Amino acid sequence: MTAVSLGIPAVPPRGFGNISELEPFPKYAKRELGNAQQRRNLTHATHTIRDKRLKVVSELPDWEALRDAGSAIKTEAMERLPELLAQFEEQFTARGGTVHWARDAAEANRIVEELIRAAGPDETGPDENSGATEVVKVKSMATQEIGLNEYLEERGIAAFETDLAELIVQLGHDKPSHILVPAIHKNRTEIRDIFLREMPGVDPDLTDEPRRLAMAARAHLRAKFLSARVAISGANFGIAETGTLGVVESEGNGRMCLTLPETLITVMGIEKVLPRAEDLGVFMQLLPRSSTGERMNPYTSLWTGVTPGDGPQNVHVVILDNGRTRALADRHGRSALHCIRCSACMNVCPVYERAGGHAYGSTYPGPIGAILSPLLTGIEAEENKSLPYASSLCGACFDACPVKINIPEILVHLRGEDVEERRSKPGARRLPSQFDLAMTGASWAMSDGARMGLLERGLPLGKAAAGRYGVISKLPGIGAGWTQSRDIPAPPAESFRQQWKKRDGSRPATDRPATEGESK
Amino acid sequence: MSARDDILARIHAALGTAPAEVTPSAAEVTSGGAEVTSGGAEVTPGGGEVTSGGAEVTPGGGEVTSGGAEVTPGSGEVTRPYRTTSGLAQDELVALLVDRLEDYKASVEIVGRDGLVEAIRVRLDGKTFVAPAGLPSEWLHSSLAEHAVTDSREAPLGVDRLDALDAVVTSSAVSVAETGTIILDGSPDQGRRAISLVPDHHVCVVPVETIVGLVPEGFARLDITRPLTLISGPSATSDIELERVEGVHGPRILDVLIVR
Repeated sequence: MTAVSLGIPAVPPRGFGNISELEPFPKYAKRELGNAQQRRNLTHATHTIRDKRLKVVSELPDWEALRDAGSAIKTEAMERLPELLAQFEEQFTARGGTVHWARDAAEANRIVEELIRAAGPDETGPDENSGATEVVKVKSMATQEIGLNEYLEERGIAAFETDLAELIVQLGHDKPSHILVPAIHKNRTEIRDIFLREMPGVDPDLTDEPRRLAMAARAHLRAKFLSARVAISGANFGIAETGTLGVVESEGNGRMCLTLPETLITVMGIEKVLPRAEDLGVFMQLLPRSSTGERMNPYTSLWTGVTPGDGPQNVHVVILDNGRTRALADRHGRSALHCIRCSACMNVCPVYERAGGHAYGSTYPGPIGAILSPLLTGIEAEENKSLPYASSLCGACFDACPVKINIPEILVHLRGEDVEERRSKPGARRLPSQFDLAMTGASWAMSDGARMGLLERGLPLGKAAAGRYGVISKLPGIGAGWTQSRDIPAPPAESFRQQWKKRDGSRPATDRPATEGESK
Repeated sequence: MSARDDILARIHAALGTAPAEVTPSAAEVTSGGAEVTSGGAEVTPGGGEVTSGGAEVTPGGGEVTSGGAEVTPGSGEVTRPYRTTSGLAQDELVALLVDRLEDYKASVEIVGRDGLVEAIRVRLDGKTFVAPAGLPSEWLHSSLAEHAVTDSREAPLGVDRLDALDAVVTSSAVSVAETGTIILDGSPDQGRRAISLVPDHHVCVVPVETIVGLVPEGFARLDITRPLTLISGPSATSDIELERVEGVHGPRILDVLIVR
């Protein structure tokens, strides 16, 4: 079964950072399910955004064609990745930017810290040699993933999140629970309470009206934007042919960070590179409509190295692996790297809607997180083992995905990998699990009509076991897992085959000739 | 091994491709963007081979054969069956753009060439504002002069100065009707990115001939290496219960003047 080792070198190393479960999903999710307020907030928010998405997607007659093109471009980008990254580097450098490469989270954090130190002192620094001690940040999944804020804080550098939702999360000493709307688990009243408690100089009469809250954030961050000397961002795209970076946003906090400070540091995963500028015509249609359900997000910034006299003059990009090559090595799972972080999959996911984003532990929650996190760490990393099971495999995520990542298929693939990996452990092979036994038994029974018929005679027993409510609420052995959270309906008194026999005598169906073995 | 070489080697290992082809020396890669655009083969010798056949790319052989669906030989030949022209007449484009801009809470007026000066004057009357040095001087009514300051890459205003101003007036490079998007590319009549960001009120002129129907048409008209800002209505957030609130950090008022 381990077909991977056909002349392929060792598997690339795993990623580190905030990409792991904190405890097994079922355990965490069970606790989160007890939070009725959160569940109400999530239901409201996911349904609102779902409806908006459907409305703007249905406006485009060529939506499926755009999805196909998006998927094809990403497939191409992955195949040509080394060449495209080299081309990106060449172009970005030629236009005055500096490119850095980071194998993992630790290396990326270190590079960013050094760049901040090199940016020179700011007004709040303890002395002239300390370098900048404050940075403003555009919302970025990559820096969330590598735990950059925590890393910098430990070293005396304050990183201010400027996206409203990230600000809410940061002020609330909380964790993001959604890719697009990290504070989706909080309602307006909870947000007002956080602002009143944590925001210096906030109006004590602040109401929970969203407009008032947004204006409070504006006032709070204005001075930071105008004085910041260093900004840190992620990137939605990196265009290989021109060395262009792009950030898609709504509030203008992104523009503030990308335009006003003297130094700009962007952390970009290797998978963000697109071959051509032309490809933006596809992704700038797919992304806004899939993420916020808008025809276009209010602001998008594109920059290519340094523009003399306009914007940051000290421009860096840190190209990050952190387990992405690991995911790339899994040819059945590598399309997870096509993800453009729109979050449409979590907004339609019945599991996410109930459990919420925190239960997934990783920076990447929801269906995409359930495949991406274990792909980045490797399924054998103990902490991400339960994630591929955090799904009902209903397929809604696949339908919603703008780049057509077949998430259910990858989930099943990873479950298979997990089982294989457990089996391959020393000593494990000789002890088949109850599940293995059940499957072997089912295979034996279902491969032969006579065996099946024999087993079906046992059906009335099941009916008797169900009792007068007609349900079985406790199965023995491995079946106990199933009945732990649901009942199983009583089996019928007779099987379909038994009923058919009675009704039709021994006469075979008339609309097609009986084939051998069918007329038993 | 440097992190760069390490990561590129890892990618090759993951893809099952030969590392030798990848890291082009500086000499091999031409620096001009135009050449890159015209064909990947010119710049990256490895690229053409990817297009022509999977065999060359994956000496590992068995790996690709078994995972055929994953590694479709589609490189460089991504089909683009989506719309790339709207086919709309100019009047229809204007009507669509107005509808989309207003939907996202921008205020829009269509003016003739001779009405532009007055339209700008009305909006900036009594306000302090910045104009990029390359804005046609005939657009600004003489009565506005005492409250106007100019800005350019050569003589940029400080951030605090910009913050003290009420408004900004700029032209624009391209607008996309279907999404209600106005694109600034940093040309002299649009100025530095900071000037259309810091003041709270943006008066933006859209010459009718710069309006296109679709997003791909918009990008086709742009030089992507310029500093680009795509603007679709005033800044907004949906972070609180997914309820849209207009006007956060960017200009809270966006006035669009479409000039015929």
